[in-house]
Amino acid sequence: MKILVSAKRVSDPNARLQVAKDGKWIEGDVEYVMNYFCENAIECALQIAESQDGVETVAVGIGDEDTARFIRQGALARGIDRGIYVAAEESEIDSDLIARIYEGVVHRERPDIVLIGKQAVDGDSNQVGQLLAEYLGWPQATFASKVELQGDEAIVTREVDGGLEVIAVSLPCVITADLRLNEPRYASLAGIMKAKKKPLEELEIDDLDLDDADPKVKVVALSTPSGRKAGVLVKDVDELIAKLRGEARVV
Amino acid sequence: MSKILIVAEHDKGIVKKVSLSAVAFARQWAAKTGMSYDIAVLGQNVGPVAAALTAYGAGAIHVADHADLAHPLAPTWAKVLADLALDIGADVVVAAATTLGKDILPRVAVRLEAGMASDVIGIVQTKEGLGLRRPMWAGNLVGDVIITTDTKVLTVRAAAFDAAEATGGNSPIKAFAAQPDAAKSRTRFVSFDGVQSTRPDLAEAAVIVAGGRGLKDKFNAVTEPLADVLGAAIGASRAAVDDGFAPNDYQIGQTGKVVAPQLYFAIAISGAVQHLAGMKNSKVIVAINKNGDEPIFKVADYGLVADAFSAVPELTQKLKALRG
Repeated sequence: MKILVSAKRVSDPNARLQVAKDGKWIEGDVEYVMNYFCENAIECALQIAESQDGVETVAVGIGDEDTARFIRQGALARGIDRGIYVAAEESEIDSDLIARIYEGVVHRERPDIVLIGKQAVDGDSNQVGQLLAEYLGWPQATFASKVELQGDEAIVTREVDGGLEVIAVSLPCVITADLRLNEPRYASLAGIMKAKKKPLEELEIDDLDLDDADPKVKVVALSTPSGRKAGVLVKDVDELIAKLRGEARVV
Repeated sequence: MSKILIVAEHDKGIVKKVSLSAVAFARQWAAKTGMSYDIAVLGQNVGPVAAALTAYGAGAIHVADHADLAHPLAPTWAKVLADLALDIGADVVVAAATTLGKDILPRVAVRLEAGMASDVIGIVQTKEGLGLRRPMWAGNLVGDVIITTDTKVLTVRAAAFDAAEATGGNSPIKAFAAQPDAAKSRTRFVSFDGVQSTRPDLAEAAVIVAGGRGLKDKFNAVTEPLADVLGAAIGASRAAVDDGFAPNDYQIGQTGKVVAPQLYFAIAISGAVQHLAGMKNSKVIVAINKNGDEPIFKVADYGLVADAFSAVPELTQKLKALRG
């Protein structure tokens, strides 16, 4: 069995972000982290590989040059077998193009499962796994909080509005990882040493035979939302009730 | 004439309010483009849902009633929605940004060779044409995006569009001969474990009482009585959900639900960026936390620095007394 897993770096959403002069992306001294949901996807792939024989795991990262470092440190050092880095200008690609790049990689690698973080916490689109599944004509199980393999099926518990849904999808399939799928492990020192020797293939978009490399969605302007002003501190419950009744008129 | 197709979500025969927010978006887009809008209802035995939607000014209500659409499985629903969009010549397909909309609409976009924008909060005029505003980086930035394809697919954040009111009229109901191709979907519904609650839905509640990890195993004991008095929905921070003090369905934040009630109580919630992204558009925010340095106080209209275990029961008792 082969599992393809996403390893995307994102600019830390908790850090101060500076909008570039052209207003279309961010710039400056940005701190990058591994996308949280990709960490869950990687952990899921590792757990499957540890639970049965003959599973190969391959991490895929798309983006600026530094992405290759994240594949090595964030995926290979944790135990993923090898990596594929596809070079792309992060401000010039949309979810659709990313999905088509993945499709190209899937055609080369022929995995049984593609495990992707449910969203990247920079673009926050939550589309790539679903787009990829449709491009491939594969079933999908999004927002997974539990994955069990039984024969040629994955039984997946999904976190949906109003509760938990369980669906069964037959392989090959796409699964997108939610936060409660697992507790991602840290890379061990031995893992970090081993990762230095693991294969990491570098590709260009042109290597993947896409029809075109044009995004369908373009960011025209980025801005900082108008902030909310801090209000007042009240000294006790009575004053709070008085404010809510008198000033805000909400209770 | 160009058309918008709105996907109506429903539960137990009732239209979800979030879908009326999608109607509100469609009305705004229609006003700027001269388009009209139709509504799609998919499912099994969905006649009452369609009937309830005829007073919202749609050109038509398209009903795809089929046993294989009983559960909203992405491949089958996406195929039928895309078939319908092509059949009626829709240029825009829109749904609320719920887990259903997020799951299914990207597949519709691929089928229609359309670009897609997620979680739209507004319509903006940009240098390059009519654009869509959406939160990015956990809501720390907003992006104005344009979809360059002729056909456009999008999900809208319900909290950003007040639910459309019925305007009268009588939209015709049209049956659509759905071909879900369930056999090709390789997807099987197994079970649904719904959260049993008599409280309002988080997305629709006027008041929300949300608790954080600090409440520990007293999460319910603190939040429920206050929610009872106010007729409120209960929410939680991600930390409270991760630690098992609240069910996943309660989670409010960037990766959970995004809400904008009239009144939001943040109890023992620190106010991490990812939580604020889910609630900072609430009309009035009250923060109760024993640590006055927490970031939640920077967005709260009223802050009370106090121990939640004593302050919330006191608040509950006094509000109860006031309401008789």
